[in-house]
Parts: sequence; C-alpha cells; structure tokens
Amino acid sequence: MRLIRRTLEWLDFRLQLAAPIREAVEHPVPRNTASWWYVFGSAALTVFLLQLVTGILLALIYVPSGGEAWSSLQALNHDVTFGWFIRALHGWGSNFMVALVLIHMVQVFLFGAYKFPRELTWILGVFLLLMTLGMAFTGQVLRFDQDAYWGLGIGASIASRVPLAGPAVVKLMLGGPIIAGATLSRFFALHVFVIPGLLIGFVALHVLMVLKLGINEWPMPGRVVKRATYVAEYHALTSKDGAPFAPYAIWKDIFFAAFVLLAVAACALCFGPFGPTGRPDPTIVQTVPKPDYFFLWLYALLSLLPPSLETPFLLIGPAVAIVALLLLPFLSGEGEKSWRRRPIAVLTVLLIAVVMGTFTRLAQFAPWSPHMNAWSGDPVPERFLHGATALERQGALVFQAKQCRNCHALGRSGGERGPDLDGVAMRMTQDQLIRQVIQGGGNMPAYGKNLSPAQTTALVAFLVTLHPPGQPPARDASRDALLEDGAESRPVAQP
Amino acid sequence: MPTETMTRRGLLVKLGMLFNGVVAAALAVPVTRYLLSSVTRGRASAYLSWVPLGPASSFPEGETRLATFRNPYVMPTDGKTVDTACWVRRIAGDQFQVFAVNCAHLGCPVRWFPQSGLFMCPCHGGAYYRDGSRASGPPERGLFEYPTRVENGVVTIQAGELPTPGPNAALADGKPPCA
Repeated sequence: MRLIRRTLEWLDFRLQLAAPIREAVEHPVPRNTASWWYVFGSAALTVFLLQLVTGILLALIYVPSGGEAWSSLQALNHDVTFGWFIRALHGWGSNFMVALVLIHMVQVFLFGAYKFPRELTWILGVFLLLMTLGMAFTGQVLRFDQDAYWGLGIGASIASRVPLAGPAVVKLMLGGPIIAGATLSRFFALHVFVIPGLLIGFVALHVLMVLKLGINEWPMPGRVVKRATYVAEYHALTSKDGAPFAPYAIWKDIFFAAFVLLAVAACALCFGPFGPTGRPDPTIVQTVPKPDYFFLWLYALLSLLPPSLETPFLLIGPAVAIVALLLLPFLSGEGEKSWRRRPIAVLTVLLIAVVMGTFTRLAQFAPWSPHMNAWSGDPVPERFLHGATALERQGALVFQAKQCRNCHALGRSGGERGPDLDGVAMRMTQDQLIRQVIQGGGNMPAYGKNLSPAQTTALVAFLVTLHPPGQPPARDASRDALLEDGAESRPVAQP
Repeated sequence: MPTETMTRRGLLVKLGMLFNGVVAAALAVPVTRYLLSSVTRGRASAYLSWVPLGPASSFPEGETRLATFRNPYVMPTDGKTVDTACWVRRIAGDQFQVFAVNCAHLGCPVRWFPQSGLFMCPCHGGAYYRDGSRASGPPERGLFEYPTRVENGVVTIQAGELPTPGPNAALADGKPPCA
C-alpha cells in the first residue's frame, strides 16, 4: 500500500496532474443537475471509448483491401474466437452511439443549454454529430459487402449532382473511376485515422468547455438568460446551492455508462454482428441494397420526393440544416431555457422525430419498390377465377405472365408500388383500364408495345371482373346513354 | 527588453516562420497532386477504353442479356469489384444497345424482366423500357448507354467509369455516353 502511494507521489511530482484532475472532478455543480437527464453525454463518450477499443481489436484481423475485406470479415465471424462478438459490439456500439448523441442533443436543446455562454460547446457538438454520422457511413462501407458496394454507388450518384464539380467529386470520393480497392482504402483512412482523430480532439474540447463554463443548471421557467448577468448568477448558484461533481452527480453517470455498455453487449450477444451480406461483386445484380437504420429515413425520402426537387434537396437540404444548427445559439442565445416556456422548440423536436420515425418505418418495407420475384410467387387466387370465361382466364394468364404483380397486389399478395387490384373494376371503367394498360400514366409504364391487342383484350376482360360480389363495376354513363340512343333508333340483338 | 524596434532574434523568428511557410508550400504541391490524382488522371477520358463483351452470335436477336466485362483500369487490391455487369440488347443484326446496370436515379442495379419488357430498380422503383428510355419512377432520364460497336463479330463497348447522373441529370435527353 505504501509502495503504491510512494509510486504515485513519485509520478505526480513529475507529471503534476493530480491537483488539476482533483479540481476538475470535484468542481461544484448546481445540485439539481445531479439528474438522470444529464447522463446522455457521458454515456455517448463511454460508447465512443468502446468503439475505439473494439475498432482497434477489429483492425487486428480486418484487411482493408477490395479483394480481401469481405473474406476477412467472414474469418472474424466464423474462424476467430469471439470475432463475431467483437464485430457485434462494434456494430451495436455504433447504433447506440448515434442514438445517444441524438438523445443528448435533444436534451441539450430542450434544456436550453446551448444559450450563452455555451454557444461554442453546442457548435462543437454539432460537428461531433456530423462526425458520428460520418463514422456510421464510413463504417458501413468498411463492412465491404453488397450493401456497402451499392451504398457507395448511391453516395457517388448523389455526389455527382454537385454543379460543375460533380464528376471530379465522384472520382475524388471513389479514388478512381469506379468503386474498387482504392475506394475502400480511402474510406478506411477516413474511418480509422481522420475522423476518429478529429473526434478525439473535438470531444476533448467539448468536455473541457463543460468543465470551464460549468454544466447547464436545471432550467426554471422564468429564470431568463441575460448576457450581462448570467455568469454572476451561475457562480452564485454553484456557491450557494452547489455540490462537488464527484461524487454528488457522477455516480449516476457511472451507473448509466455501465447500463449502456451492458445493453450494447446484450444486443451483441442476442442479435449478433451485422452482415456481411453477399460478396461485393458488381456482376451479381440480384440484390436489394438497403442502408443501415440511421440512413433509412433518407432512403425513404429519396423515393418520395418529386424528381425535380431531389437534386436541390440533396445538395441544399443538408447545408441548410447544418447552418441552422450552427446559427441556433446566436439566434436565441438569451431568454427562457425551460421547455415549459418554449412550445415551438418542443413542437420542432416532436415534428422532426415523427417525420424521421415515419420515413424510417416506411423504408423498412419500401412500398415504392417493385417485388422483384413476384412473378414466380403465388398463383392468381382461385376466387378471382370462379365462373370466369375462357377469355377472362386467358387474361389472368397474361396478368401473371407479364408480372403485373411485381407492382400490384391481388388477393393481398404482390407489390405495393401500384394500387391493389382487388376492386379495380369499381374504380375504372373498361375504357379507362384499356387506356391505362396501353399508355400507362401516373407511375405506371405503358404496356402498349409489349402486349398484343388480343392480350390487352383478355387482360382487361379479366380486370373488369375484379369487383366484390354484389357491388357493380364502374361504368361510363355517357356510353349507356349512347347505347340507349342507339336502341331507340334501331333495334339491337342483345341488351 | 521588448521594444518597438525589431531585434535580431525577433527577425530570425519571423524569417524562420517564413522559411517554414516556403517549405510547406513546396510540400503542398506534391501532396495536393497526390490527393487529386484520381481526378486529374481521369481528365480527357483517360480511364475509358474499348472492351470486348463477346461474340455477337452469343446475343440472340430481339433479346436482352446480362454480360460482364473487366474494367480496363485495374489496381492490385480491387478483387471482384472490377468485374462489371451490363445489359446487352441486340435489336437486329449488328444493331446493339448496351446499358449500364446502374439506375440513373441513384445507381442501384436494375434488372431486366423479359416478360414485362421492363428494366426495374429494386431501390426506389425506377422502371425503364426495353430501349432504355425512362418508363416511371424517380429517375429523371433513361438508362446510361455505353458507346457500342461490333468489330470482327465481337461486341465492343467504351467503358471504364462508374456512370452517375451528374449535375445535369434532369437536362440529359436521350442517350449520352456512360462516361
């Protein structure tokens, strides 16, 4: 025991770090900040440290080469003892880190902690968020599988839309003319050296500023921030009603950090590592690429935006969002901190959360994508063929053979790209159906060149039978009138 | 000690910093050129070459088949990523159209459905007719088409770069080359 103390004293005589560290951990904080609401920042830092450790562990085996990355991931998953677990920890750690950074940001926003004098802490935080997302995207690329390959293709397609410099930006991003070994190498350099280096520096500054400026006090409705008086008020608060950060508040951070690590480990253990999916071989076109969950909302947005808005939105949208986040502390650097007095702030958070959540949910089943294997799937349900004529049955065959069910559901099976056809005859008349099939329209391609007149006749004959029993199909009233006129002038053989 | 006039050591510090600046500027030239090498090398279509896809006889008339070729620009660590797929449509005789598999929206691989006569994209639902023109969905133009010619009975295309929509996606009319 004495030996340890003497060793520490020997070290500190030379390092002289004990006093500043003690001062930092024991600095007084307002008592009401010892709250479970204040643990997300330290939890994000904890997961970041976990990512550093597991990242280094993965780098012991992983090979950042276009030819071998995928195989080295397979080796990690199947050959190396607990390789799968380290991959799973790193993968789930990244999900948790994105989530924790976002939760931390929302908490800071709602508690008004970005206001004077903590503007720069917030700005560094915005960069930390961007870097976290950058780590998430580059990490997804290092999992060099089909999703990573085509994800890079999507990234390149977006980058190519930059006015004037587009093609150059693409080549700079890919490190060559195509997605290949050089692309992986530069994303490896970004993921392992550049962004983590910046992250460590920014995290250090971010934490340093929390220590220097003091943790944001619990916001009280009516206690308004003013530049002239805030610092004095804060010091009065910490000296009158303060408590040392350690141990008064820190125990909650410590417990939550352990809980988060346990949750990451539990997810890793229960759900295992992410991928890799198929080999990154661009000659395999039978693939349905999808991004990781934190970019799913973007995937949905890119389907649902009108084409003409896409490029401006992709290029200007992120810039506007980032500038808005950076300007926030300057636009509302003073005033109320409490969310109880800031309804617009609360509504903004709710709106963004609902929009992101909805887009993410939509992207999970991607109703805008054709079902690429529907043609080999279920047959036309029997009930649609009961009592059908030969022509209608022929139409059902055309319906099946021309893969209409890639996009249209019948009897609840098939794509969701186009409308469900179970009751289409109630919505469209025979003439409208013929026109729609031949000329297309809305989002439907024209099939005129691909169907013979006999096939179109048969197909439409089948489609007009698609209405629930007891409910009549749509009809063109003017045609009835025309037929009646005709009936008056000359007799017809059939009604 | 500190005076308004410049001391000898003060001058030396300033000169030393200037010297460092000159060295840094000199070093910045090769570093920048190294960083931008993938861009500058690609100027004047240096990445593009004519690559064979196979004998014309292996593509039946009136049909569209998947063909693969090795990208002309290869680095030693590329692995399978340099093998590229494309859709070859033989209209009749020596008339060919060769399309990139990359969707003109965001580059996902489109698949050919011979029964419905459409190329469909699995990502955001883009669809194209058999001649590569846009049929529906988010793409703002038709499929990317490689410049194609038939030499001594061999279908050859000019390829080498990943086709991307580029800044003028909406303005592109029919069939600009892939590059």
